Amino acid sequence: MFPYPDTRGRFGPYGGRYVPETLVPALDALTDAYDEARADASFVREFEDDLREFVGRPSRLTFAANLTERLGGARIYLKREDLNHTGAHKINNTIGQALLARRMGKGRVIAETGAGQHGVATATAAARYGLSCVVYMGEEDIRRQALNVFRMRLLGAEVRTVTSGTRTLKDATNEAIRDWVTNVRDTFYIIGSVVGPHPYPMMVRDFQSVVGREVMQQLAEREGREAPDAVVACVGGGSNAIGVFAPFAYLPEGRRPRLIGVEAAGHGMTSGAHAASITAAKRGVLHGALMYLLSDDDGQISPAHSVSAGLDYPGVGPEHSFYADEGLAEYVGVDDDAALAAFRLLAEVEGIIPALETAHAIAYVLELAPTMARDEIVVLNLSGRGDKDVSEVMRVLGVAEASS
Amino acid sequence: MSASPSGEARIARAFANAEGAGRAAFVPYLTAGFPDARTSLAAARTLLRHADLLELGLPFSDPLGDGPTIQRASEVALAAGTRTRDVFDTLRTLRAETDVPLVVMTYYNPIYCYRGPAGEGEGAFVRDVRAAGADGLILPDLPPDEGATLIAEARSAGLATVFLVAPTSTEARLRLVSEACRGFVYAVSVTGVTGAREGVGGEIADLVRRTKAVSDLPVAVGFGVATPADAASVAAFADAVVVGSKLVQTVADGGDLDAIAAALAAACSRAGAGPAQGG
Repeated sequence: MFPYPDTRGRFGPYGGRYVPETLVPALDALTDAYDEARADASFVREFEDDLREFVGRPSRLTFAANLTERLGGARIYLKREDLNHTGAHKINNTIGQALLARRMGKGRVIAETGAGQHGVATATAAARYGLSCVVYMGEEDIRRQALNVFRMRLLGAEVRTVTSGTRTLKDATNEAIRDWVTNVRDTFYIIGSVVGPHPYPMMVRDFQSVVGREVMQQLAEREGREAPDAVVACVGGGSNAIGVFAPFAYLPEGRRPRLIGVEAAGHGMTSGAHAASITAAKRGVLHGALMYLLSDDDGQISPAHSVSAGLDYPGVGPEHSFYADEGLAEYVGVDDDAALAAFRLLAEVEGIIPALETAHAIAYVLELAPTMARDEIVVLNLSGRGDKDVSEVMRVLGVAEASS
Repeated sequence: MSASPSGEARIARAFANAEGAGRAAFVPYLTAGFPDARTSLAAARTLLRHADLLELGLPFSDPLGDGPTIQRASEVALAAGTRTRDVFDTLRTLRAETDVPLVVMTYYNPIYCYRGPAGEGEGAFVRDVRAAGADGLILPDLPPDEGATLIAEARSAGLATVFLVAPTSTEARLRLVSEACRGFVYAVSVTGVTGAREGVGGEIADLVRRTKAVSDLPVAVGFGVATPADAASVAAFADAVVVGSKLVQTVADGGDLDAIAAALAAACSRAGAGPAQGG
């Protein structure tokens, strides 16, 4: 369906499998099982049925009339992944991987989570398919996302606190990999983004690409055209962005819209406290893949910073790294303050409280749309809803201001 | 360069000496720079009194193949300011004092991102670590499938490459991995991360046997070997016994490293009672 990766899991130079030997046979088995499953009509049907009946797909494509009018440029559509069951795009992937885990006879699934959306989506799929579930989450993120921690526990998952390193998504991922190395024979690791060793970046991309395919169909019905002029999505590891980009990225030039990934610039690109791996333009290897990665001159991984826990990751998916080099997509940075302002604006103007991750993409649309013509179309992937972020935003903005 | 043996030759000689003396080689591991450069160097010197090979870990921010003891040691070493070039300095110091093979265990990103005085990346890392005195590299997160360019650089620099085999490795993987190894093959005793645990897993003897069926290289066993009893049981079927977390913990606790290393080394002897016989 997509021309990349190659059989060794490479998107150009990126990707691959930099993992302990213990996991290589498991990744081989997973690759084979996935290849079989996606060629099996009954697997594909079960996946699609659950996306429709359990997740609630297709998600709506909402015309943002007020925002469009206010900005006075391109027509803005919102791809409403926030309306999915569990409140974000993450569930598309966990349904796919959990079905695969069940098919492979693995009774236990594990996951890492940053903002908690992937953890909730994994716990949800595990409950639905009768799998036991352990979620690793950094201590700092547990503080920032208490609501999601409770949701996971309600769903029957065990949430394990990670206190090593930066106590965020990177370290939660290290701990999940350590668990997988130890329990590889009966455990399926459900990775939440388009990162990790092959076949994960491919598999997660495939499960998420339903988002971009729906956009094509919905635009064709609404506007009589398949491709908008620009697609904007936030990028941490990059799963929501790859989901909406991939169906467009390999279209021939001329038919391909501008694809714009928005990274978290944290306190600003010169501050050193950001999570904008592609913008920082240095490559490295972490969690099994070669990709753009924040690290120092000795190859020690640099701590990422973002106000949003879901973007707080030092790497970015190998396919995004490839898109950036090939000019198939553009990547820009938006800082914490701009994201917070966009978070409030969308709520006030459109009646939608977005996830803080998504707010980064919104902030960029605020700049982009006015530079475009009124007959042009921007699709913003509204990757998640912001309920989980409300208390953190209150804390950051100050309760006094929020109540004034 | 021609005056000193290749890394592979020095490692082979160490294994031959141990074998000739009726012992499995004793390979202690230390995290370089833990808890600080001076203590770490002193600990290395202590271990060299008992070691057939010495394994030095380059501290890494995200050691995902390691358990809590080595994770913490790596964090402390980095917090103390340990840089790659400091580890190379330690190698140079030790190389001037010993003929025992020095093998560096490192994750891949410090190699990939390396910036040395005379160049960047894999080739520069390999040349600089070799020039500093290393005889080999142990590569816990680089399967040989991804290591073609590094292997080529190491071959031309005379640096041995040691990849890992695991209980989950298939016969085809055992063959592929051991063919990429020089010096020895590192067999992981359990599916899991490094760290002391209760007893040594039962799968390991089988893994060593399967590895030896496809390779003539010595096979070292590590991960979870902590006590003289563990060492003795591994020495019965393996060519080398690697002990890491237990020694790192001893350094952390300020314990008697010399006595513990002596007991472990003695337990590697296959002749008779082991520990009680002493040196």
